[in-house]
Amino acid sequence: MTYENVYPFVWLAWLAGAACFILGLHFMNSPATARNGNRLSAAGMAVAVVATGVLLLAQGAPALAWAIIVVGFLIGGAAGLVTARTVPMTAMPQLVSVFNAVGGGAAALVAIDDFITHGEAGGASVSTTLFVVLGVVIGSVTFSGSLVASGKLQGIISGKPILFPGSRLLTVALGLIALFGTLGLVFSATGTVKLDPMVADLVLVAIIGAALVFGITMVLPIGGADMPVVISLLNAFTGTAAAMAGFVIDNPVLIIAGALVGASGGILTKLMADAMNRSILNIMVGGFGGGDHAAGGATGGTGGTVRQIGADDAAIQLAYAERVIIVPGYGLAVAQAQHACRELGELLEERGVDVKYAIHPVAGRMPGHMNVLLAEANVPYPLLREMDEINPEFDRADVVLVVGANDVTNPAARRPGNPVSGMPILDVDHARSIVVIKRGAGRGYAGIDNELYTNPKTGMLYADAKDGLAQLTAAVKAL
Amino acid sequence: MTELTSLLYPITVFVLAVLIGFEVISKVPATLHTPLMSGANSIHGIVLVGGMFIAATADSPLLYLLSFVAIVFGAANVVGGYVVTDRMLQMFRRKPVAAKAGADGAPGAGQAQG
Repeated sequence: MTYENVYPFVWLAWLAGAACFILGLHFMNSPATARNGNRLSAAGMAVAVVATGVLLLAQGAPALAWAIIVVGFLIGGAAGLVTARTVPMTAMPQLVSVFNAVGGGAAALVAIDDFITHGEAGGASVSTTLFVVLGVVIGSVTFSGSLVASGKLQGIISGKPILFPGSRLLTVALGLIALFGTLGLVFSATGTVKLDPMVADLVLVAIIGAALVFGITMVLPIGGADMPVVISLLNAFTGTAAAMAGFVIDNPVLIIAGALVGASGGILTKLMADAMNRSILNIMVGGFGGGDHAAGGATGGTGGTVRQIGADDAAIQLAYAERVIIVPGYGLAVAQAQHACRELGELLEERGVDVKYAIHPVAGRMPGHMNVLLAEANVPYPLLREMDEINPEFDRADVVLVVGANDVTNPAARRPGNPVSGMPILDVDHARSIVVIKRGAGRGYAGIDNELYTNPKTGMLYADAKDGLAQLTAAVKAL
Repeated sequence: MTELTSLLYPITVFVLAVLIGFEVISKVPATLHTPLMSGANSIHGIVLVGGMFIAATADSPLLYLLSFVAIVFGAANVVGGYVVTDRMLQMFRRKPVAAKAGADGAPGAGQAQG
């Protein structure tokens, strides 16, 4: 089993792995085939990793290398397995962000390692240096940025935009350090600039440090509700970093997989930003929802009074309605009320009420997050309707039950001149009657009053999403 | 010039893979965006392969350490990513029609939760 004999077959195995990634993503088009798609992708990963192992075996990799690979894989794999199995569904976005962080960290480490190895071998070519340094920069930014994003979602770091005097300046300065460091190393590879190897190492350390801090200062000023967009963007970054590593070690599966993820993350990021009617740039500049906008209130009509409603009244409306649409939002996810929501939905269905769920594209914390939460609670997915599909149906709905959703139902979005202007919303106000379960009279993420709440058709049930739903269920049962 | 020539092939692969990525992914419905993000997230765990290569060529304590951490990170990304995606997708199933028709089916819908 010599290296030359094995190499073509290993290459083909890598190609097979890459093909599995593409087909796997393709099968994620439909909920019916998505799970098999993910498994196909995992199988491709296993093939690629095993093939690499075979190649290293043929190369005669030293025992110590094998020890590092096997022990490292067992530790990392076990950690990944345990957290993936035990973390509750509501904490899923944070977890994805942590996995993204370690992926970016791994890409950065591979690149750093290549830099050291090539440096010892007497200098790398221009392209290798460029790809290595890009891998280091992108991987490091992703690592620290994803950890901060995860911390914000978990509540370890405040979800509010964090800005301190000079923070923007610091971010720009760090970016410049990374940029000039990269240029310096690339020019030294061309021979234009003479850098002592010692100095080159120091420049790399400076680049790593700048990129790590840049990741932190980039994400800190961004509000918690924008984190999904940020995680998606960082996901694309990690893919790109993996592709850069692929260029350096001339490995097709790394290039293909990295490019695929870079493209998917890019598209997802744009879809999410579109759903919030914000540009990606606007989100990355940050500071939104920090309270500044709340004061600049061209909100109008906020003087209306709010009508409170008791659980018994609301239950009667729901139980004797023909068509009910439930609008779950962020508050439902936070209160982990998805099971309580399904219970009420089923109870109403048993009474012959036509129940549907209206899912705004950014309901929950990520696009599709609400679908996952409700699916976890065994709500059949054909009942979950997307915004464009359900909006015409609000006109015919007898009762709309809004659970912990705020800005995505605010009719003010149809008017220009306020922070939610132009955001696609659910036409909840078109229904005959509206019941809103809400924890308190506070404002939503955009920091403005929701005109839906002062609509005469709306009854407010002030309660935690879970308690409110439980009260309604009990009241419907008692009828 | 030869250096640029040797780059032509990987750059071609990269560009085509990006285009395939756009094409495949733009067809995914919003319902599946979270699992998709998670699935794509596990795919970039392929950097684990890069970690294996650097471990094989490592020859100093610093490189041993770097490659070890890279492999731990990469493996966590791969294994955790796929398992968590599978956990999400496992929930996307239709309620069995029989469960609704049968009188004893009502509690059956809740069984799968455990």
